[in-house]
Amino acid sequence: MSETTDTLIAPDPAAVKAEMLKIYPAKTAKKRAKQIILNDPEAPPEIGANTRTVPGIITQRGCTYAGCRGVVMGPIYDLLQITHGPVGCGYYAWQTRRNLVRPPEGTTNYLQYCMNTDMQEDQIVFGGEKKLAQAIREAYAIFKPKAIAILSTCPVGLIGDDVHAVAKQMKEELGINVMGFSCEGYKGVSQSAGHHIANNGVFKNIIGLDDKADVAEFNMNILGEYNIGGDAWEIDTLLRKCGIHVTATLSGDVSYDQVKKCHTVQLNGVMCHRSINYIAEMLEKKFGIPWIKVNFIGAEATAKTLRKIAKFFDSKKLTDRVEEVIAQEMLALKPVREEIKARHQGKKAALFVGGSRAHHYQDLFRDIGMEIVSAGYEFAHRDDYEGRKVLPTIKVDADSRNIEELHVEADPARFKPSKTPEQIAALEAGGFNFKDYEGMMVEMKKTTLVIDDISHHEMEKLIEIYKPDIIGSGIKDKFVIEKMGVPCKQLHSYDYSGPYAAFGGAINFYREVDRMLTTKVWKFIIPPWEKDPSSATPLTHTTRTEAKNETKAWRKGGAADADGPM
Amino acid sequence: MLNGTTAEIKPREALRINPAKTCQPIGAMYAALGINGCMPHSHGSQGCCSYHRSHLTRHFKEPVVATTSSFTEGASVFGGLANMTQALSNIFTIYNPKIVAVHTTCLSEVIGDDIPMMIKKAKEEKIIPEGKYVIHANTPSFVGSHVTGFASMVTGMVKYLAESTGTPAEQLNVIPGYIDPAEMREIKRIVNEMGVKTVMFPDTSGVLDLPQDGQYRMFPSGGATIEQIKSSGDSKGTIALGHFASHPAAIELDEKCKVPAALLELPYGLTNTDLFIHALRNHGGVDVPATIGQERGRLLDAMSDMHQYFHGKRVAIVGDPDHVIALTQFLVELDMKPVYVFTGSSGKHFEQRLTDMLATHAPDAMIKQNVDLFELHQQIKNNPVDLIIGNTYSKYISRVENIPFVRFGFPILDRMGHRYFPCVGYTGALRLMEMINDALLDHKDRECAEENFELIQ
Repeated sequence: MSETTDTLIAPDPAAVKAEMLKIYPAKTAKKRAKQIILNDPEAPPEIGANTRTVPGIITQRGCTYAGCRGVVMGPIYDLLQITHGPVGCGYYAWQTRRNLVRPPEGTTNYLQYCMNTDMQEDQIVFGGEKKLAQAIREAYAIFKPKAIAILSTCPVGLIGDDVHAVAKQMKEELGINVMGFSCEGYKGVSQSAGHHIANNGVFKNIIGLDDKADVAEFNMNILGEYNIGGDAWEIDTLLRKCGIHVTATLSGDVSYDQVKKCHTVQLNGVMCHRSINYIAEMLEKKFGIPWIKVNFIGAEATAKTLRKIAKFFDSKKLTDRVEEVIAQEMLALKPVREEIKARHQGKKAALFVGGSRAHHYQDLFRDIGMEIVSAGYEFAHRDDYEGRKVLPTIKVDADSRNIEELHVEADPARFKPSKTPEQIAALEAGGFNFKDYEGMMVEMKKTTLVIDDISHHEMEKLIEIYKPDIIGSGIKDKFVIEKMGVPCKQLHSYDYSGPYAAFGGAINFYREVDRMLTTKVWKFIIPPWEKDPSSATPLTHTTRTEAKNETKAWRKGGAADADGPM
Repeated sequence: MLNGTTAEIKPREALRINPAKTCQPIGAMYAALGINGCMPHSHGSQGCCSYHRSHLTRHFKEPVVATTSSFTEGASVFGGLANMTQALSNIFTIYNPKIVAVHTTCLSEVIGDDIPMMIKKAKEEKIIPEGKYVIHANTPSFVGSHVTGFASMVTGMVKYLAESTGTPAEQLNVIPGYIDPAEMREIKRIVNEMGVKTVMFPDTSGVLDLPQDGQYRMFPSGGATIEQIKSSGDSKGTIALGHFASHPAAIELDEKCKVPAALLELPYGLTNTDLFIHALRNHGGVDVPATIGQERGRLLDAMSDMHQYFHGKRVAIVGDPDHVIALTQFLVELDMKPVYVFTGSSGKHFEQRLTDMLATHAPDAMIKQNVDLFELHQQIKNNPVDLIIGNTYSKYISRVENIPFVRFGFPILDRMGHRYFPCVGYTGALRLMEMINDALLDHKDRECAEENFELIQ
């Protein structure tokens, strides 16, 4: 691939789009046309996002339950979670996301447990509430958890089980916090609806239960960071080095008790805007905590984020320390980055993943001089592409209306903003942006295609036409892409490597990309007899004397070097 | 690790903890991939399809494509007909498979979608092109397990496709069961070696174990062809491997086309392979070739050479019912001691069959269906074993209790051997022996006192 990269003429994105749509039936083509957009960073055009996937299209998307249970709730390690439904949903959400956790000694790590009501036909017919209540009693008797969450699957909503009533009843009976989540798979058009439902549930049922703040001069939460492969640990270590304390990371290696007091901080930093902006917004409305967009993926992005946080806290001590840390980290990182950049400058990447990763990971590829030819999210909304400025213009369709919007007001006793309106205004006047996600499109070139909820067919066409050197995607696409001879980095699981966040993570990522782009494996695809049919090792006569000089005899045979002709 | 699990076993009626089974549709999807040119279609919310594709991909490290009806709330209220119709139109236009195999989900089952009616309507409206097929299986997740789903889809193949033309075909059917592509490939090798003409369905070899040649093909050359499955109705007989995964389809074929069947167990180990070979010999009208006899002899030789390392070892085995039944038989042949014989799936046959099998050899063995890994772990805490055999999920118990562990069955998410090396047949049994022996001796070498650390075993 790399041989062709330099000579490849940049494809015309409009022509690529037409080619992708050509095969679709009219109705499907019309729908997909709105989700395949020729980018304009100056004025991002409107993209169709957070709309239904066309039935029959091979999609990357999952369901509401996956977004709620799998993404947001799953990593709270000491919250016992029971999936109410048949066995499958809970089973697939069991240890399949790589949210690493390190609970304190003696704490039961519920991520290692898959608990569900294994609903049978009887419950479908006669209702499953009794079985659910009994399951909660049994879970309590065995594990004595601090709190229990109930996660609903498709049949629950259809048969009319009221998980919230059961939660209330069991809360009274057991005297612990029990909360229900109506995150049935069909509730939304993707995982995204599940994130919102989880955000609401966490805000209503956990946040605010403990007002005792951690003692720290600079105290913040990292929201929308899931500690895949240890990312949150990298971020936490880096912040600690700067003197910044993280009360809670939602939701990565986080305890129920940490979540309870995450309204006590001075600042919220939002990593994955899509999955957690609801909590950030509600924390601001109710408790006065401002939020800013942060990004610890990519060395330049991490440095920028650290400076932004320092600017918010407005302390010379912190600002100096941050600069010191950045300089230190960059010193270690630069030689690695430069070495790898020299090998891969100008190579092409495409990213189709998540609700923020397809944006954040562009920074890492840019760090090593690579270009992004196309990108798109799996389940994002328009604001994640076009920026939050489009929020007022987003039409709320029937699918989004299903998801409750919590009405939140300032808490009379606990609304204590860490900054006065004057301080906020002064920061803003100095170019500081609060609630400032600008989206993916402004950072992408004009020649790129932005594709929402990319289909299998579009991915195939994309590879055929753009011939990217690497693609960042997920497990369902990975081996399709690699069968086409293009390495694919899973950006959900990191292919069981990582961490990739912050400076240390960036080094890991550069090395990983370097490994993938320099592996010999793709060069072996064509066997030698097809490359050069006459190159077989000839039959030769070898005398005993010649044989004594083994190297000479070997050479005489004309065998290829161990490395082989590539 | 797993430190909420205690030895005290409190009664549970409602709470499933760490299941040893999953839901029907994933089995149906896997079976459907064993038809040449087939697009599995999940009729329900798109999360099911996504979960199944992801999990199958993790097990095979191969592309697993499938489509979904992508239900949202509207479809859940008004029924899934519009979604199904649009899905079929898109699938045949964009992906152009020879056949679409629809399976249902909790969602479409609860709302009562009538799939045959939908298929009929799509045919009438010419949404299904001439010469193309759509078949289906009902696979509600609140009934049975992934094994039931597999069996239902294979039965669906018979219901929709098998035909009796009245002209008998000189061939046998083989229904291989819920086994890996490498094992299906090995069964075909054995059958070829025997010189018996067979039709095997489903057949995921050549679909989910593809070579890397720089090209992606959505519908690779592997899989049982529609013509082959059709012709199964004319076959002389069927050899069906596995009570839970394969026998229902064989019985359906007998009912439909009067094809008699030898209902066997999966060919793991010596006796079950003997039974398979013997059935092929007699019903295929061939002699057992010397090469097969030699394979058998080499297995027996290893069993005698290594007997001391297997004899009396206490084993916990957990997995899918057909797998556990057949493997337990092999453990008995090796004079190992099955102590816990568990399956997460339901089925009285499992308990009956194993009670008979172990009546004299291991009368104290605990045999349980519809049980989970949490209980297995508790039982092991009360009365430990020398070896655990199960799918990848059992590795947590193995680590925390420091018990040797052999990965066997579905899914295996953390090792590579199952993708290439079969456990069926005589040579497959050697692989099983090797895995067991290595696990036991590696453990001994790691844990024993220095004076007992020996060069030679």
